[in-house]
Amino acid sequence: MITEIILMFVKAFAVGGIICTIAQLLINYTKITSGRILVYFLLSGVVLQALGLYGYLVDFAGAGATVPISGFGYLLAQGAIKGAKEGLFGAITGGITAAAAGLTAAITFGYLFALLFKPRSKKN
Amino acid sequence: MASRATPDVNEAYIRYISSVSPKTKEKRSLFNAFLVGGFICVIGQFLRYMLMFLFNLEGDELAGTVSMILIFFGAFLTGLGVYDRIGKYAGGGSIVPITGFANSVVAPAMEFRSEGFIYGLAAKMFVIAGPIIVFGVISSVAVGIIYYVAGLL
Repeated sequence: MITEIILMFVKAFAVGGIICTIAQLLINYTKITSGRILVYFLLSGVVLQALGLYGYLVDFAGAGATVPISGFGYLLAQGAIKGAKEGLFGAITGGITAAAAGLTAAITFGYLFALLFKPRSKKN
Repeated sequence: MASRATPDVNEAYIRYISSVSPKTKEKRSLFNAFLVGGFICVIGQFLRYMLMFLFNLEGDELAGTVSMILIFFGAFLTGLGVYDRIGKYAGGGSIVPITGFANSVVAPAMEFRSEGFIYGLAAKMFVIAGPIIVFGVISSVAVGIIYYVAGLL
C-alpha cells in the first residue's frame, strides 16, 4: 500500500515533469507562444482521449496526467464520449459538463483574486 | 604569428561562450520545467490521496475538487505576485499545469482592472483562457458527435 502510494508519486512527478519539459522544448526551440502551447496541449489531450489513449496515461500516472492542461482536454473528451452514450444532447453538453468544476473555479476565483489584489510593479 | 594566433583565440572564445551561455541555459530551463511541473503534479497527487482518504471522494468529484483547489492556489499566488516569479524560473513547468491556466486568467485581469470591472477585468480574463475554452468546447462537441454517430451505426 505504502510502496504503491510512493510509486504513484514518482510516476506523477515523472509524467507531469515530462509533459512540462515538452512545453519548455517548444518554448526554447520554436517561436510558439505560451498561449498557443496551451491550446495545442489541450487539443492533444482531446485527440488522444478521442482515440482512447490518454486514459491509459491517467491510470498510470494519476495527477501527473490530469494536472497538465492536456488533462483538461482529456476531461472534455471523456465527458463528451460518456454523454454520447446517452444521446445527442449528452454528446453536445457532455464535454463542458465534465469540465464544469475547473471552468467555474477559474472564472470565480480568477475574478475574485483579480478584484482583491492590486497589480504590483514588475521587479526584475 | 598574429594571424595564426587570432583564429585560435577566437575559436577558444567562441567555444567558451557557447559552452557557457545558451546551451547550459536551455538545458537548465528544461530541467527547471521538469522539476516544477513534476512538483505541481505531485501536489495534485497528494490532494487526490488526501481527498480520497479523508472525504471518501472518487471519480469525477475527486478529479474536479483537485482541479478546483489547484486553480484556487494558482489564482491566489498570481494575485500575490508569487506565481509570476515561479514562472520566470520554471517556464513551461508553471504554464502547462492547471495552475498556469488560473494564472493566465488572473494575470491579464489584474493588469486591466483599471479599465473597469466589465470591459477591463471581466473581458481581459479571457485573453489567453478564451481560446482554450473555445477550442476545448468545440473539440469536445466534435468528439461527442463523432461518438454519437458511430454509436448509431
